[in-house]
Amino acid sequence: MHIMEGFLPWQWCVFWYLVSAPFIIYGIYLLNRQVKAQRETLSLLAVSGAFIFLLSSLKMPSPVVGSCSHPTGTGLSTVLFGPIITCVLSLIVLIFQALFMAHGGITTLGANVFSMGIAGPLLGYAVYRVGKAVNLNIFINVFLVTAVADLFTYVITSIELAAAFPATHGGFMVSWETFFAIYAVTQIPLAILEGVLIALVFKYIIQSRGDILVKLKVLTPEQVTKIMESFK
Amino acid sequence: MTLTFFMKYKLEIIFAVVVIVFAAVFLIQNANIQATARPGQETWQGSDDMGSAAIEATGYTPWIQPLWTPPSTEVESLLFSIQSGLGALVIGYFFGYYRGKRDSAKSA
Repeated sequence: MHIMEGFLPWQWCVFWYLVSAPFIIYGIYLLNRQVKAQRETLSLLAVSGAFIFLLSSLKMPSPVVGSCSHPTGTGLSTVLFGPIITCVLSLIVLIFQALFMAHGGITTLGANVFSMGIAGPLLGYAVYRVGKAVNLNIFINVFLVTAVADLFTYVITSIELAAAFPATHGGFMVSWETFFAIYAVTQIPLAILEGVLIALVFKYIIQSRGDILVKLKVLTPEQVTKIMESFK
Repeated sequence: MTLTFFMKYKLEIIFAVVVIVFAAVFLIQNANIQATARPGQETWQGSDDMGSAAIEATGYTPWIQPLWTPPSTEVESLLFSIQSGLGALVIGYFFGYYRGKRDSAKSA
């Protein structure tokens, strides 16, 4: 999903910076408030950020297409801390990759933060709320949130590129099909794998810090007890 | 006994099955791709690079270069490994910390 340095016309760079800026500013405010109000959640915040760091560094082969791509890792922090805090964590990773690996870029940072940190987690969070409302099993819910946040990130990247580079014949739609095939189709198997991994990690988090999940209002104390019992 | 084992580790089992299927499909697909690839053709390219190539194919040239680019793919993969390592370090640290806390609470 990384749009490389210089690969967006400057008008689009400015546009995506402006779109992403309010989310980042609000995210920094929420992050500060979260750390001050519930200091004990700091360790899970670090773990959530670390999963974005770890998973977004793994370039994996996507068996269906024959190309490589990487997961986004944003699902866990979307479930635990919500999409707005997730965009700040994604920003840190994207700056790191842009500066040291020339992967992504500073001019395209706004567009990349929007796809990975904002759009993906926002849709993932919508899935999470719906799943919660219909009492979906928490592990299936975490799987869906993670897979959707991952996949939608790449859908947004293809839309960003199609908007900036409409085909001379056929315009946006034709160009979108090209980018969609490159980015989104590749991502399907990776999104599934990432979803299963984060669902498994979620079990370990419940087992070790179920109390924090209760404080974050992800689960009720009764649900934690029930889940702990089910893995005995 | 076996049933409780499956209940206890069902998520681990599902994850293992998904990884095995993923790897198997990769191996089959790779055999197909290598059999039909032209000599010297690059396979399993990064989607980000393919995206950049598709943009350049429209006649667009990037208007700015990165300040620093890793001098080779080896150096680049080193930096990506450092990124994974940092992430894994933090995850391992806190899960170990939780575990130790739980164990000492039990024995106390």
